[in-house]
Amino acid sequence: MSVAPGLQPESWHLLSLLEQAPGLQALGDTLADLADEGHPVVVGTADLKYSNGLVRFQDRHPDKYLQFGISEQHMVSTAAGLATTGLRPYVATFASFMALLACEQIRTDVAYTRQPVRLIGHHAGITLGFYGTSHHATEDLAITRSIAGLTVVAPADTAALAAVLRASVDLPGPVYFRIGRGRDPDVYPAGTTLQIGKAVEHGTGSDLTLIATGSMVHPALQAAAALTADGYDVGVLDMHTVKPLDEEAVLTAARRSRLLMTVEEHNVLGGLGGAVAELISEHGVPVRLHRHGIRDHYSLIGPPTHLYGHYRLDAPGVEAEARDLLRAPGR
Amino acid sequence: MTAQTPVAPADRELIEHIEERAQFARLETVRLISIAKTGHYASGFSCAEILATLYYGVMRLRRGEPDWPDRDRFLFGKGHAAATLYPLLADWDFFDAAELDEYTRLGNAFGDHPDMTRIPGIDFSSGSLGHALSAGTGMAMGGRLQGRSYTTFVLLGDGELHEGQVWEAALGAAHHRLGRLVAIVDRNDHSLDGRIDGVTGIEPLLEKWRAFGWQTHEVDGHDVSALLPLLRSLAQDTGRDRPAVVVANTVKGKGISYMESEFGWHLGWLAERDEANALAELRGTR
Repeated sequence: MSVAPGLQPESWHLLSLLEQAPGLQALGDTLADLADEGHPVVVGTADLKYSNGLVRFQDRHPDKYLQFGISEQHMVSTAAGLATTGLRPYVATFASFMALLACEQIRTDVAYTRQPVRLIGHHAGITLGFYGTSHHATEDLAITRSIAGLTVVAPADTAALAAVLRASVDLPGPVYFRIGRGRDPDVYPAGTTLQIGKAVEHGTGSDLTLIATGSMVHPALQAAAALTADGYDVGVLDMHTVKPLDEEAVLTAARRSRLLMTVEEHNVLGGLGGAVAELISEHGVPVRLHRHGIRDHYSLIGPPTHLYGHYRLDAPGVEAEARDLLRAPGR
Repeated sequence: MTAQTPVAPADRELIEHIEERAQFARLETVRLISIAKTGHYASGFSCAEILATLYYGVMRLRRGEPDWPDRDRFLFGKGHAAATLYPLLADWDFFDAAELDEYTRLGNAFGDHPDMTRIPGIDFSSGSLGHALSAGTGMAMGGRLQGRSYTTFVLLGDGELHEGQVWEAALGAAHHRLGRLVAIVDRNDHSLDGRIDGVTGIEPLLEKWRAFGWQTHEVDGHDVSALLPLLRSLAQDTGRDRPAVVVANTVKGKGISYMESEFGWHLGWLAERDEANALAELRGTR
């Protein structure tokens, strides 16, 4: 169907953008389901309802939908105020603006006050490709992870997003949800359940365990399959909860595997790789860890898939990175 | 108040040139978006005449010298419309226009938002709304502290005025009496989620700026014969003791009939035949 009379069906604009993003459709739909079920959900966005899919929530619950305009800091502090009245606010914007622009509001008004605000940072990492550094978020895990009392979750796909939204609905404190652009390939079947703070083990490996989060779980699984087919013993941990970290799962993998490799669409400093490094060194586990991600620089711009290729964050890239590690772990 | 400087006969030719360059900027915007397969048509179209008037009729620049210290500065608060600006910078020989043929491709400097670290002629990076007026305040302060007489122009989106930092800058620039700072608001009445008055209202806009201590002006943002004398007079008024704002009334998507009536064209992509028709409509050949 064309977006304007006489236009070709391939032409598109903002209002048809969601058709390409099932993961973001699921965001609005799951929140609307939770509201249907009686949870005291209110949903807010900062002038991005077509970009994040929350227009679908607005359609079903216009009385529980709040438009904040392009005022992210105001939105986060307002959500804290709403939460004090017994409501459960879910507020969303690009991850760069949520975690960086509204950082202090998150720390001081949401986390320090222990309000059950749900912060949704979408289009995280380098998913916004050639929109550039202002729209990339490769620092958000490090920032949110260092805020006391804040749970940090990065689901791998559409089903995992719905699962963590449900799993966290009654958590007493605040939560940061880190999601992509709603186009992640499926890892889990619809209806999957996940437990906050409990990693999902996809096989175990004596040679290597890939510890991945969010968008990197799917390429990590594909890389593991390719390496396994070549005779390596490789497992994958889906670390959907970056904080609190599933320490037992990491330590078990660290004791079982010769090598660990974290995989994240994030700076290698301070995020998942940082969390795993802190844990294994504090426990004195003698395992070599390789942190794979963006190596402390501002990403190039380009179409997202091209960037994933460039930074070895797609399946062939993760596989190549892992092969390099397996061949020369001391490099 | 609106400046009423008459247009000299010699300027008629210039006005026609600016109008032609504004259309060129729109044509180039369509071309660049066709390369990226995503882009901001409507946001660029609303400010094409403003950009062309600044770059061909008002700003003090030197061809091929993007870092000339006494140049007038331009900050693009609504940086998502950068594709409409890049072709004008190439016109000034700040870089080779052929670089735009690789717009948004892996490793290219030219993305959806402008990057001062990689693009000569971009005076400040933007993309996160609300920062530019503060950065422009710094440039205006820096010019005054160093005895330079350049003017700093900051083009803001009307949706951008939702950001609280804009009003912090408005307070600060007025407090410091930055007469060489000129803000222009591209009032196209729309942000990403729809009409501004339905998203978060910002009116009465002129009264707000006036109350913040700014000299205020209102103009038709597509009428070059009005934009040119107004912006020139603001650039040349070296005695002004406070910043000035121009609220430019514009049409989002100006130039393509169906974009003018549908805010969804804030972001989009036209398939090949639709692109050709859009270019023909802009050229007046359709």
